[in-house]
Amino acid sequence: MTMAPKRETYDVVVIGAGPAGLAAAATSAEAGLSTLLLDENIGPGGQVFRAIASTPVTERDQLGADYWAGADLVQALRASDAEIIHRATVWSLDRNLEIAVSVGGASAFVKAQRVILATGALERPFPISGWTLPGVMTAGAAQTMLKSSALVPDGRTVIAGQGPLLWLLAAQILRLGGRIDRILDTTARSNYFAALPHAFAFLTSPYFAKGLSMMREVKAKVQVVSGVTELSASGDGRLTNVSYVAGSKRETIPADLLLLHQGVVPNVNLAMAAGIEHRWDELQLCWSPVLDASGNSTVAGIAIAGDGAGIGGAMAAVVRGRIAARAAVEVLAPAAAAKLAPMATLRADLAKAERGRVFLDTLFRPAPQFRIPAGDTIVCRCEEVTAKDILDAVAIGATGPNQLKAYRRTGMGPCQGRLCGLTVTELMAQARAKTPQEIGYYRLRAPVKPITLAELAAIPKSEADVKAVVRG
Amino acid sequence: MTRNVDAIVIGGGIHGCSTALHLCLAGMKPVLIEKDYAGRHASGVNAGGVRQLARHIPEIPLSIRSMGIWEKITDLLDDDCSFESYGQVLVAENEEELAVCRARVAELNALGFTHEELIDATELRRLVPAVAETCPGGVVSRRDGAANPAQTTSAFRRKAEQLGATVREGVAASNIRHSAGLWYVDVGTESYAAPVLVNAAGAWAGTIAAALGEPVPVETVAPMLMITSRVPHFIDPVVILRGRKLSFKQFTNGTVLIGGGHLARPYQDRNETVLDWKSLATSARTVFELFPVMRDATIMRAWAGIEAKMKDDIPVFGPSTRHKGLYHQFGFSLHGFQLGPGAGAVMAELIVNGGTQTRVSGLGIDRFHPSTL
Amino acid sequence: MFRRSEQDKRPPVQIFVDGVAVAARQGDTVSAALLASSCDARRSTAVSGAPRLPYCMMGVCFDCLVTIDGVGNRQGCLVPVAEGMQVEIQKGKREIGK
Repeated sequence: MTMAPKRETYDVVVIGAGPAGLAAAATSAEAGLSTLLLDENIGPGGQVFRAIASTPVTERDQLGADYWAGADLVQALRASDAEIIHRATVWSLDRNLEIAVSVGGASAFVKAQRVILATGALERPFPISGWTLPGVMTAGAAQTMLKSSALVPDGRTVIAGQGPLLWLLAAQILRLGGRIDRILDTTARSNYFAALPHAFAFLTSPYFAKGLSMMREVKAKVQVVSGVTELSASGDGRLTNVSYVAGSKRETIPADLLLLHQGVVPNVNLAMAAGIEHRWDELQLCWSPVLDASGNSTVAGIAIAGDGAGIGGAMAAVVRGRIAARAAVEVLAPAAAAKLAPMATLRADLAKAERGRVFLDTLFRPAPQFRIPAGDTIVCRCEEVTAKDILDAVAIGATGPNQLKAYRRTGMGPCQGRLCGLTVTELMAQARAKTPQEIGYYRLRAPVKPITLAELAAIPKSEADVKAVVRG
Repeated sequence: MTRNVDAIVIGGGIHGCSTALHLCLAGMKPVLIEKDYAGRHASGVNAGGVRQLARHIPEIPLSIRSMGIWEKITDLLDDDCSFESYGQVLVAENEEELAVCRARVAELNALGFTHEELIDATELRRLVPAVAETCPGGVVSRRDGAANPAQTTSAFRRKAEQLGATVREGVAASNIRHSAGLWYVDVGTESYAAPVLVNAAGAWAGTIAAALGEPVPVETVAPMLMITSRVPHFIDPVVILRGRKLSFKQFTNGTVLIGGGHLARPYQDRNETVLDWKSLATSARTVFELFPVMRDATIMRAWAGIEAKMKDDIPVFGPSTRHKGLYHQFGFSLHGFQLGPGAGAVMAELIVNGGTQTRVSGLGIDRFHPSTL
Repeated sequence: MFRRSEQDKRPPVQIFVDGVAVAARQGDTVSAALLASSCDARRSTAVSGAPRLPYCMMGVCFDCLVTIDGVGNRQGCLVPVAEGMQVEIQKGKREIGK
């Protein structure tokens, strides 16, 4: 059963139990700091190690050795004194390091001396025509179901997009006996040339051999169309067709399931709502927090580790988690820091883990037509706002995402901009001939996940209220 | 380089934008200077209440003047500002509170104001069917309503610009000085000069007034609001309470806005606020008790806008007592949004004609004699 | 759209979707159980009534919103199934709390 936090204050609170959060919490607890790990999911692992402690996939090779590496992280954490709460939704974090967390329908507040945000990444929005149709999902969604419930596609299935995850997913689906009818590779041809100068680092990175063998494995079984420059989904009430253009040829194929993926971007909502400064990353085409070498953000006491600190992958996330935790230990319990791996070693590990990243970022940089839609394509899924609606609002004076809210309610639905924010920024930047940095992002606000009025009403009264009653 | 204009308005809230627009309508060419963007703070993120109800008596004439403009807002701005008029209802939760309401309505009637009307439990239930059955009545102001604050402030800004105002956003006004009958203000590397300066800088206006030798008792506050997910329509008027801090409004799109004046902690220099969830929980409890239907509604978002609150809770409005050509329009103390359209119109009259038919005599900065500070 | 791999040996759990019994497995999220079943799990949006199914399965898109044991607007992809759980597919603008 889910339990509320045992204490009101902790030395370190880690938010998110993916690779960075698991490593950070274990490191912090190992140094003797009171440590709380809050995680929204049913079990540890985050996205990359999803369901690592519970997956029904027993044939280990099908998920691959990289996946099972997550089990060691979980074991290390469970061996430590860290308090771990799953199905805990952190809905507020502020610059005073006050955390509001909902567990089992009741909210509690805890205060930390240090917060390590390890809220990871989410898949970049892929706003093509028809992407809201039932039957269109992210590749990550399919992978989540595969890992946690051993579910595989069994209808006519098309995978479209680009990036390492896409090939890993395809290989996993095939190994578990699932169906893939076609893979549509949207990697821009020009990216191969752009990435060439960074190829050496990649060739000598651990990603290279693994990536190549996975692509071979998939291509042996599935028709792969490369150089896809246009993509749309259609159907009445659910997906029935996928259309694409490759070379000069347009083709429409029947499909029940379309899995989209064009890389991942930092999940910024909690960090931004806490007031942490972010900057536009022109290579990764997303917002990344402003951090020092130990992951400390612009809000004193809050560090960010893992992909939320800028996309670096699982191996880098683990090291960044250890670095952020070590930095916290150095401040809160300097004597205990000696027990931990030296910072210099960790930084060398990080450099190794990040090797080849620039190549991947350059090669898999999504093409503009898949990031910046036009016409009737929906941008904001929650409020059902199209690209044209947004451009119309720009024409009558909406200058940035926050002003746009007043015209079109973009970003004001339950997802709070997670699925439209990047698109809105880039679309408005293009329309106004500004940089994304100049256009900016939604001002995000707690609760970063909705809570019921009854849950909020049940929060204990503040001291001021109690005093007012006593006085009255 | 110095540009000469007819008036300099500092502050791109609804007041600055409205005054700039009305100056344009009077044939002047003002510059509007806003350090962020129009509607960035309280004007763009307030509850959007268009309320004559429960106002302090000295500001009622200004509020009534403003109401007339609200009712024709589309004619003025070519934008409906999502203004709707379903009335505002003040709920008395018990007989004691209802007695206070009765006395208030009688007092207003004696002064010749008829916009507030005492209602019994039956009429309250007709207007607000979802309210708890224990409430014995209240007061209604039937012409009141609500509008979209960001849309409204943007519309004033846009129309002012269309009519010839220069709008400078993103750079703060600095180095404000008076020389040989002209006011000078720097905006980045440029300067503007004009015979008229309007201080409509909201939470930043008190500092400007003090620097010009007119300190006033003002503090920076950040009233909090929260909004629910879309729910089916169940209430038309805006509801406020007599005894507790609560305002309550359902929009056409189904979302319900909950406010009432609980305060966040403002960090004015950073344009930031830190919400006080324990106080928001108090608001949630009040809604929980008075509107049982709302108990399982989902809170989507909460926020607070930074603004100026005067010690006596009424604005500073009118000419300076120390400087020719200086006018103050700030300190609206959590209830300035409805006043914006009218205050801009009256301010333009004060500037252009030297006087106005709308009674604003109780709002002047002269009420703060140094000994009262 | 999805089927279960034969290696999945988790114990069965029965949930009810709009009153109809649906077989799930222990450890499934509500959304995964719905997508693995043959029932029409499409909700309709509160804005236009457009049909939707879960999109991200990781708690960010809110297209998986369902009513679970009487409480509305819950993220089905984050809630594990439990024996006897009552799930309702949300259609249009929600009754408060449903």
